[in-house]
Amino acid sequence: MAHGPAKGIRRWLFATNHKDIGTMYLWFSFAMFLLGGFFAMVIRAELFEPGMQIVRPEFFNQMTTMHGLVMVFGAIMPVFVGLANWMIPMMIGAPDMALPRMNNLSFWILPFGFSLLASTLFMEGGGPNFGWTFYAPLSTTYAPSTVNFFIFGIHIIGASSIMGAINIVATILNLRAPGMTLMKMPLFVWTWLITAFLLIAVMPVLAGAVTMMLMDINFGTSFFDAAGGGDPVLFQHIFWFFGHPEVYIIIIPAFGVISAIIPTFSRKPLFGYSSMVYATAAIAFLSFIVWAHHMFTVGMPLAGELYFMYATMLIAVPTGVKVFNWVSTMFRGAMTFETPMLFAIAFVVLFTLGGFTGLMLAIAPADIQYHDSYFVVAHFHYVMVAGALFSSTAAVYYWLPKWCGRMYNETMGKVQFWISFIGFNITFFPQHFLGLAGMPRRYADYSLQFADWNMVSSIGAFIYGASQLLFLYNVISTIVAGKKVSEPKVWEGAEGLEWTVATPAPYHTFSTPPAVK
Amino acid sequence: MVSRAKRLVRGCIGLLAPALLLQAVAARAATEPQEGWGLLNMPKGVTSVSREIHDIHMVVLWICVWIGVAVFAVMFYSMFAHRKSRGHKPATFHESTSVELAWTIIPALILIVMAFPATRTLKELYDTSEADLDIKVTGYQWKWRYDYLGTDVGFMSELATSQDSVYGRAPKTEYYLEEVTEPVVIPVGKKVRFLITAADVIHAWWVPDLAVKRDAIPGFVNETWARADEPGIYRGRCAELCGKDHAFMPIVVNAVPEEEFNAWLAAKQADAAALRELTEKSFTLEELMAKGEEVYGRSCASCHGASGEGIPGAFPGLQGSAIALGPVADHLDVVVNGKPGTAMQAFGAQLSEVDLAAVITYERNAWGNQSEDNIVQPADVFQFKQAR
Repeated sequence: MAHGPAKGIRRWLFATNHKDIGTMYLWFSFAMFLLGGFFAMVIRAELFEPGMQIVRPEFFNQMTTMHGLVMVFGAIMPVFVGLANWMIPMMIGAPDMALPRMNNLSFWILPFGFSLLASTLFMEGGGPNFGWTFYAPLSTTYAPSTVNFFIFGIHIIGASSIMGAINIVATILNLRAPGMTLMKMPLFVWTWLITAFLLIAVMPVLAGAVTMMLMDINFGTSFFDAAGGGDPVLFQHIFWFFGHPEVYIIIIPAFGVISAIIPTFSRKPLFGYSSMVYATAAIAFLSFIVWAHHMFTVGMPLAGELYFMYATMLIAVPTGVKVFNWVSTMFRGAMTFETPMLFAIAFVVLFTLGGFTGLMLAIAPADIQYHDSYFVVAHFHYVMVAGALFSSTAAVYYWLPKWCGRMYNETMGKVQFWISFIGFNITFFPQHFLGLAGMPRRYADYSLQFADWNMVSSIGAFIYGASQLLFLYNVISTIVAGKKVSEPKVWEGAEGLEWTVATPAPYHTFSTPPAVK
Repeated sequence: MVSRAKRLVRGCIGLLAPALLLQAVAARAATEPQEGWGLLNMPKGVTSVSREIHDIHMVVLWICVWIGVAVFAVMFYSMFAHRKSRGHKPATFHESTSVELAWTIIPALILIVMAFPATRTLKELYDTSEADLDIKVTGYQWKWRYDYLGTDVGFMSELATSQDSVYGRAPKTEYYLEEVTEPVVIPVGKKVRFLITAADVIHAWWVPDLAVKRDAIPGFVNETWARADEPGIYRGRCAELCGKDHAFMPIVVNAVPEEEFNAWLAAKQADAAALRELTEKSFTLEELMAKGEEVYGRSCASCHGASGEGIPGAFPGLQGSAIALGPVADHLDVVVNGKPGTAMQAFGAQLSEVDLAAVITYERNAWGNQSEDNIVQPADVFQFKQAR
C-alpha cells in the first residue's frame, strides 16, 4: 500500500502492476480493433457494388487477410488478456499476477509483433494475401516475398499468448485467497483458467505450422508440397488443430463476462454454476477433437467425415446448457437494463443465432453447400463480433466505474448499444442470404444477383464502424470527466471480491488476503 | 395469476407472428426466382443429392428457428415481466438437477434425429462408383481445365467478362463474372464423375445447382459426382482462396440431352484433329500477332498487364524484358515449362502449339519490343516440346 506508480513513461515501460498492464492490453487491443475495423471498411467499401472501384484484387486479399489476423490476434485475444489482468487478481483476492515481470514481457512484445506484421503493407510485394488461415501452398510457394515477416510476427504473438496463459494459470492455481476454493471462483476466472490451458496446448502447434512454412519457403523442405513428397492437406490439419480450439479461446472468456453481468442486473444468483463449469470444460475438451469440420470439402474418407460431423454436433449440447442457464438466471429476477446488460442480452440472442448456424455447418452434407461461402462469414461474425466483441464492450462498461471511479454516460452508452446492435445485424444478417445463394467468401468482386444484399451489408458495416467511435468517445470522456462514484459496490446487484475494494480500485489491492466464507 | 397467463399467451403470439411471417417469406423464396432481394435461400438444384441437401438444410433450419422462438420467448417474457421497474422481487433459486438434466438430454435426442438423414445423404454423396462419364477438372491460377477422359477432348475455360467491364469502363451485362470462354458440357441423366485436382494452389470447384463442391488440391485427385436431371446452364465459382483473381474464375456447366452431348463430343474430337494439322502450317507475322494478342489478353494480361507492364513486386513486366528480347529457346522454356516456385505456370499443357507460337511472337514484337528472332512458328514449339 505504501508506494504508488512510478512517474512518467517508466510506469508503463517497466510496468509490473497487473492493473497497469491490463490497461495497456485494453488500449492496445482497442487500437488494433480500430485498425482491423479500418481494413473491414475498405473491404465493405469495395464490395458496395459490383466491379472493382477502390482497390485492386491483390490488395483486397491483403485487406481480408490483415483484417482477420489483426482482429483475432490483435483485438479479441488481447482484450480478454487485459480483462484477465485487471480482474482475476481482484476476483480471487490476490495482490497481483503471479509472474509480474513475465507479464510485462508478454505485453511489450505484442506491439513489435504487430509492427512486423503491419509493416509488410508498405513493402514491395505487399502484406500477407493468403487469408488468415494461410493455406499452403498459397502461403508458401506462391506467397509474396514478405511472408517471412508474417511468420516471425506470428511467432512473437504466439509467444506473448503462451506467456500470458502461463501467468494466468499460475495466478489462479497459487494466489487464491484462503477459502476461495475452485468451485467458489467467479465464472470469469473459471473460463480463463480453461482458456489458458487451451492456449498453452495449441499456440505451440501454430508456431510449428509457421515454422514448417518457414522451412518450406527458405530451406528447401517439402512439408506442404506434394511435388516434394509433402501434403498441402497436412497444413490444414495442423492449422485447424490449432484453429478450432483458438475460436473457443476467443469465446470462452466471453462466457465468463456474460456470467458475471447477467446475475448482477437480474439481481439473482447465476443459475447452474457447476453445470456452467462442466459445460465450459466439455466445450474445451470437444474443441480438440472436431478440427476437421473446417475441411469437409477437402476429400476426407467417408468415415472421417461422419466422425467429425457427429463430434461437432455434440458441441451443441454444452453450448445449449449455457444459454439455458443464462435465460434461467434472468427468469424471475428483478432486471434493469443498463448498457452492460443490454450488450449481455444481445450477446445471448446473437451468439445463439451464431450457434444455430454453427450446428447447420456441422451437418457435413449441407456443409458441402455452405462451406467457404458468405454463410460461414455470417456465422463466425455472429460469434466473433456479437459474441466476443459485444461481451468485451459489456465488460468495459461494467467494470469501467470500478477502474477509474467515474460513471460512463448511460444515455450515450444505450445509444451506442442500439446503433451497434442494428448496424451489426444489417451488416451480417444479409450475408446468410448471400452465402446460401452461392456467393463465396474472400471475393473481391461478385456477379450482379448479389448486388442488393451486398450494398445493404456495406451500409450496415459503416453504421457499425461509426458506433465504435462513439464508444471510444464515451470511454475517454468517462475517464476524463465522468460523474464520480465512490461506493465499492458500483452496481446494486453485483457480487464478488472486486466489489469489496474501494472505488476507484487502488493501485494495490488485497496486499493482505481477504477472508472468503 | 390469470393476468400473468394472459400476458404469457400474448407474449407468445407476439413472438410467433414474426416466426410465421419468416416461414411464409421462406416458403415464397423457395418458389420464386433467386435474384436481387428475393435471393434468400439455398437453391434446390437439379440432382437428387442437391434436393436431399436442401431438405436437410430446411429441416435443421426450422428446428433451430423453433428452439430459438421457445428460448427467446421465455427470455423476452422475463425481460418484460420480471423487471425491477415493475416492482418484481427477485427469486433466489439457482439450480435444479432435473431441469438441467432435461435440457442436456432433449437436445442430444434432437441431434440424433438430425444425424440420420445427414448420414444417409453423405453416403450417397460419397458413392462415386459406376460413373457413365469421367471428366478431369484441373484448377489453375485463375481458370479451369476440363479433360474428357478416354477422348482427345480437353480445353481451358476462362472468364469471358472483360477487364473493362470489371473496372467500370464498359457496362456490366447479365452474366457479369458468370460467363466463360467455353463451358463444360455434360449429358443429362448420366452419372458424371468429376476427378478434381489443381496445378498450382488449392482451388475448389463449386456448382450449387449440382451440390458439388470439392477442393482441387495440387498433387491429389479428389472424386465426386453429379447426375443432372434437367438440361440447363448451371453457374458456379471457385470457393477456395487461390490468389489475386480468386473471384474471377467462374464455372459454367451446360447440361444437354445425351444425343446433343454425343454430337458435341464428336465435333470436339474433330477439332482436336484439325488443330494437330494446323501445327504444321507456317503463319505470317500479322497472323501470329493478331492471334497472339487475343491469347495474351486471355492468359497473360491479368499478371503481366495489358501492355506488358506487370505488377511491381509481384509479377515482372514483359516490356523490354530480358526474356522477351533474348534467345527464343529461353522464352519458349519459360512459357512452356513455367518457372517452378513462382506463379508463372507451365502453359505447355494449357495452350495449343498454335496459341503458344502466337503469344510468344506477340510478346517479342508488341509494346515496342524488337527482338532478333521475332517469329516463332507452331512447328518450333512442337520441336521444342519434343526435344525435352
